[in-house]
Amino acid sequence: MAENLFYFLVFPGLLFAGVVGGLLSWFDRKVTAWVQFRRGPVLMQPFYDFLKLLLVKETIVPARGSVLTFLSAPVLALSGASISAALILLPAFGITSGFRGDIIVIFYLLTIPSISYVTGALASGNPLASVGASREIKLLIGFELTLLLIFATVIMKSGMNISLYEIIAYQQQNGALIGSLSGVLLFIPLIFCIQAKLGMVPFDIAEAETELSGGAFIEYSGPPYAMIKFTKYIMLFVLPALAVVLLLGGLSLTGTSILWSVLKILAVVLLLTLIRNTNPRLKVGQAMRFFFIWMNALVLIAIILTYSGL
Amino acid sequence: MSIKSLCLQKSLWLFHFGGASCNNCDIEILDCLTPRFDVERYGMLLVGSPRHADVILVNGSINKRARSRLLEVYEQTAKPCLVVAIGACGCTGGIFAEGDTFAGPVDKIIPVDAYIPGCPPKPEAILAGIVKLVQAKFG
Ligand code: SF4
Repeated sequence: MAENLFYFLVFPGLLFAGVVGGLLSWFDRKVTAWVQFRRGPVLMQPFYDFLKLLLVKETIVPARGSVLTFLSAPVLALSGASISAALILLPAFGITSGFRGDIIVIFYLLTIPSISYVTGALASGNPLASVGASREIKLLIGFELTLLLIFATVIMKSGMNISLYEIIAYQQQNGALIGSLSGVLLFIPLIFCIQAKLGMVPFDIAEAETELSGGAFIEYSGPPYAMIKFTKYIMLFVLPALAVVLLLGGLSLTGTSILWSVLKILAVVLLLTLIRNTNPRLKVGQAMRFFFIWMNALVLIAIILTYSGL
Repeated sequence: MSIKSLCLQKSLWLFHFGGASCNNCDIEILDCLTPRFDVERYGMLLVGSPRHADVILVNGSINKRARSRLLEVYEQTAKPCLVVAIGACGCTGGIFAEGDTFAGPVDKIIPVDAYIPGCPPKPEAILAGIVKLVQAKFG
């Protein structure tokens, strides 16, 4: 029990994932600044932002809205993100949770933050927030099928293992899954799914700073918004870690391979940042078509290739 | 310096309220975000919702219609928040001060923490004003 709490709250759950995710979000902002020939923020910036929201700012609750739902949504989002962080990072660091079939649970856990954003936005009673929420749901419908197909193909490629630990063990014996043609084909939609899950440009449709001015999060202030920020930091670490675990051969905490693991995560985040900086925002219909037709087609080709052993 | 004021000072999020401005001040404010001036290195970000804001930048003359909006935006902002009046219009009313629809300079409507005069003030002046405000508020 105590051990599980430690896994959930400290390492590799809430605290560890949040701090690493905060550093990654600094990396993301710094690279963005470099791309635009700016200096960019200081290393501690994500933590200043988080602590300012948590300690200094007041919490405003909407007058016409459901206060309980509004305030519990960020808590739900944060707990969903930290449980999935624990479930993904434990096997990634080579600690087996002894839990077969965790990959399916992870798939569901990863949608909890998005769903909570939607509930929180709808509970706030703000019209802009509800437009943001409806866009978030549409986006979710768009990429969720692709993500599920990617998971299924990964399971198929690693000899029908439905435990993350065994998928990593398989890759350590037979080489990373991205080493094959179908692996490369899977990596492309996976990156776009992560991009959409993180709500980064070109899929920042729900947040839409320019026309929805914050979209789903428009009414949040103070500590609840700090929780949303922290959830976003965790997701920024957990989703690239998931990509590394599923296709790039996993992470490791021993000797020089630490460096190699860090580089893998940084490379995935760098890729996400560069996509975010070189693309305009899509309309929600375009985004759905992008996933339904093109990304699903890629995954289907990958499935066929996997059957023929490529 | 306490951790609270350190964090607030290092992460000021700006909300831009344009009154009946001639648009020059708006452009100069946006200039502060460009690569040459880059306020993000001080941790400042332009946010779209007053709920997220720590600083309200008000520019342009405030006329009778804008007055109630300005009050509402100020009340919607999560406290503590600072108010900066930018440009001659924001500080005193400037060339619009004697207009029919003019409803008073910003400090008649909401408390103002810093004034940045100029028509329009240069981005350097805006940055200098905000740095002085931070120094005065947080030592
Ligand atoms: S201060 Fe000058 S530049 Fe700024 S809004 Fe007023 S008239 Fe325009």
